[in-house]
Amino acid sequence: MGVMSELWKGLRVTGRIGLRSLVGRGIVTTEYPKEFRTKPQRFHGRHVLNRYPDGMEKCIGCELCAGACPAQCIYVRGADNAPDDPNSPGERFGYVYEINMLRCIFCALCVEACPTEAITMTHLFEMSVTSREEAIYTKEELLMRPDGTVPHPRPDDPYADLSELEVADGWVRATAPSGSAAYEGVKMWQDTAGPASWDPEPDQETRDA
Amino acid sequence: MAALSFPSNFLTTTIDKAARWARTQSMWPATFGLACCAIEMMATGAAHNDLARFGMEVFRASPRQADLMIVAGRVSQKMAPVLRQVYDQMPDPKWVISMGACASSGGMFNNYALVQGVDEVVPVDVYVPGCPPGPQSLMHGILTLQRMIVEGKVAS
Repeated sequence: MGVMSELWKGLRVTGRIGLRSLVGRGIVTTEYPKEFRTKPQRFHGRHVLNRYPDGMEKCIGCELCAGACPAQCIYVRGADNAPDDPNSPGERFGYVYEINMLRCIFCALCVEACPTEAITMTHLFEMSVTSREEAIYTKEELLMRPDGTVPHPRPDDPYADLSELEVADGWVRATAPSGSAAYEGVKMWQDTAGPASWDPEPDQETRDA
Repeated sequence: MAALSFPSNFLTTTIDKAARWARTQSMWPATFGLACCAIEMMATGAAHNDLARFGMEVFRASPRQADLMIVAGRVSQKMAPVLRQVYDQMPDPKWVISMGACASSGGMFNNYALVQGVDEVVPVDVYVPGCPPGPQSLMHGILTLQRMIVEGKVAS
């Protein structure tokens, strides 16, 4: 008798939840390829190399990102700008810029290290590849186009939401050279052709409430 | 009679396509969690992401019953022969997903203790970047593999 009553107790919970999910209430599953989870504002996704509003590249080829990278996945080589046709303001620009996405641990130390806020992160995470060569993103894939859109190696991927590339990672706001720790209600980085609309971040108490 | 002529190998190729599709609908993963990626792999099987939607909820402890090996975590030099043995014990057709930076390339552990990429030991079909990749990243890798199998781009 004791067994039956325990069984009834347990099955009642199962039945209740089952019936509730039949009418579409209390379902927690996200149907991934069809719907996406809302990501936290500071989600670390794929990198992007930014441009200034006039189309100049922000990267100056200083290799500080490569130095800061704990996984040593960034390879940068700078070159001198041609005086009459410069790629970036200043003397030098990133001539070669490669990130091995399979080594990257998405820690955003490169974003913190960058003195010109050239490299930032987006919210895109769908980067599965079938060979290790494909995972090395060159400047072609990383550098945004002059119109502010971001290229992707597989634009026809049916499972990736490429609009995630338009969302920039909020982490830079607190760590960027122009940023401040008091980010609350402050819009940083207005002066960018970056892929982002930078809404002010709420303070922590509001966010956690 | 001309109206009845089918392209050559009509029957066998159609069966092959059906078999490939059927294989993608229940790829049973072998449990091969080695580090923090395994936590995300478990989360993928849990209710919020529900790997059962792809017919993959049964993580098999025995490689004899598994089709897909998700290498989740860093593979040390001592673990490499074990990994290979588990792979060899899996019945054909079998696939490997290398999950996360460490399994794919060694990640930030560029040292003598770890295998620099699990593809030195077993043939890998899909690499999933991330440290660790979230459940949705892993599912993206799984869907990529499924699509490749259906299209016949990987051996199955």
